[in-house]
Amino acid sequence: MGREGFEMAGDVWVIAEQRLGRLTDVSLQLLSKGKELAGELGISLCAAVVGEQLEPAAGELLAYGAERVYVVEDPRLRFYQSDAYARLLADLLKDNSPEIVLFGATTTGRELASRVAAKLGTGLTAHGVALSIEESEGKRQLVCAVPGWGGNLMVRIVCPQRRPQIVTVKPGVLSKPERGGGGGEVIRVQADIREEDFRALTVEMVEERPCGVPVEGAEVVVAGGWGLSSVGDFGPVEELARLLGGVVGGTRPTLDKGWIGEECLIGQSGKTVSPRLFISVGASGAMHFTTGFLKSGVILAIDQNPKAPIFEVSDIGIVGDLREVLPCLIEELKAAGIVPC
Amino acid sequence: MSLEIVVCLKQVPHPDHFSQISLDPAKQTITREGVPAVINPLDKNALEQGLRLREQLSGRVTVISMGPPQTRSALEEALAMGADRGVLLCDRAFAGADTLATAHALALAVRKLEPFDLILCGNETIDSATGQVGPQLAELLDIPHVTYVQEVALAHESKLAVRRAVEYGYMKVEVVLPALLAMVKESNRPRLPTAWGIMEAAQKEIRLWTAADVGAAPEAVGLEGSPTQVIGVFEQQAGRRGEVLEGPPDEVARRAVAKLRELGAFGA
Repeated sequence: MGREGFEMAGDVWVIAEQRLGRLTDVSLQLLSKGKELAGELGISLCAAVVGEQLEPAAGELLAYGAERVYVVEDPRLRFYQSDAYARLLADLLKDNSPEIVLFGATTTGRELASRVAAKLGTGLTAHGVALSIEESEGKRQLVCAVPGWGGNLMVRIVCPQRRPQIVTVKPGVLSKPERGGGGGEVIRVQADIREEDFRALTVEMVEERPCGVPVEGAEVVVAGGWGLSSVGDFGPVEELARLLGGVVGGTRPTLDKGWIGEECLIGQSGKTVSPRLFISVGASGAMHFTTGFLKSGVILAIDQNPKAPIFEVSDIGIVGDLREVLPCLIEELKAAGIVPC
Repeated sequence: MSLEIVVCLKQVPHPDHFSQISLDPAKQTITREGVPAVINPLDKNALEQGLRLREQLSGRVTVISMGPPQTRSALEEALAMGADRGVLLCDRAFAGADTLATAHALALAVRKLEPFDLILCGNETIDSATGQVGPQLAELLDIPHVTYVQEVALAHESKLAVRRAVEYGYMKVEVVLPALLAMVKESNRPRLPTAWGIMEAAQKEIRLWTAADVGAAPEAVGLEGSPTQVIGVFEQQAGRRGEVLEGPPDEVARRAVAKLRELGAFGA
């Protein structure tokens, strides 16, 4: 398994993820990095998607930059089926020998990439935040920077011999490319499905769309931390978010407390966001939280501890009691005409 | 019925001490001096799930871990929690392994423990947080896997019904045994070892297996068996560290809003 020392025999592939026919955002985000890497290596950008009724999804992938889209369709693949998806994708990759394969680091993508990499006997790097091509020993390698120990340190990883080089990237790390005209080819792959492809059978999928606005893509995010215990609830955070036309986010302790839902969790085990304005209220700034918003435009932090690590990552820090600071901040925003009175 | 359950554990640095893990940029080495080690938290959820299934259906729980000699303490803690026996995979040949090489070593050990019905592991570790070893181990053992498992129930004799978390929802999955399940935090609350458990643990067996014991080919495990390699480590530069304001709240608020406006926080 795996080939040694092969130079650029194949293309850059993005494995797109769909849920009931709808492409996930991360799938499109991956196309932007895929296009960049393919351009640099002088190879093509392809995409692959598995599921059912994928015509619209294939069209979108072409519109967002894929030159060829491989579609593996069957009614039995309507829901994610771990054995089936992994085998069909691994077979497809074996037949086409890509140089690089990108997956979204979603609940599905992470395990699918893992199983596929094991089937191909190749390397898999998780949670890439920076991907680049570097020259090493006469070969042009994909170098991937990933956070370790909660984001405390960054590790640079390569897959020197085996191919394809596979990487997963979290939603929100990359941006969606511009939507173009499309053009390009859709290749329908025969889904040779077998009985043993359903040892783990997904029988039902239940969606629980949250009522609030998702944190991803919001221009303004106001996130609260454990410091809100002094108030007893998330009211001040919600008010500030509402006035600024933004959304609410939070840390792990606030999720455990029930002040926010899973969809608002920001950080290493939650969402990665990059709003124009990120405000942290009452969070000390542990790495696994801050790693989720380091690419924000402007970061404001409010905390009562002058030594809190959050002030290492903020553009503006305010040391003080949030119960006093927030009302004054709101007053000032109104006086300055930035928010409605 | 009775289940042969294998729980995979990893010993990791205590998360409260992550900031103490430092880098010597010149030597490119990482020091963990004085950082205490714990069982990876989600692996405790995996062990708890195994113990509950054993209580419900009878069987045996074997804990296994690949690591340096000090990993023994993690296995001892697992035995004190109630696991029946432990296996420590310890050999220089296993060092420097990426997830695939780790999965390979674990697969060899699990096969040596055959037959087995269920493998349980934590969904991811707190240090590298890849979440890859579980599914890769399942692939190498040619068994099905389910990750992000929140709930486990017996569907019938050789099938489990599990609930799997996904973004904004969940899936119901039926999985035939033998299988591997990767557990998440909300699946259960791991029990604490009791004094009785600690005493009993002293009587339980921890086997030490080397690469030769499990028949590991050198090119398949450890650094040599790792398709991915670390080529460098660096500290992430936040690139900010702006002004920190202190003083009367109304005054700092005024200065903060002015500065925010200057930086374009409120849009064009």
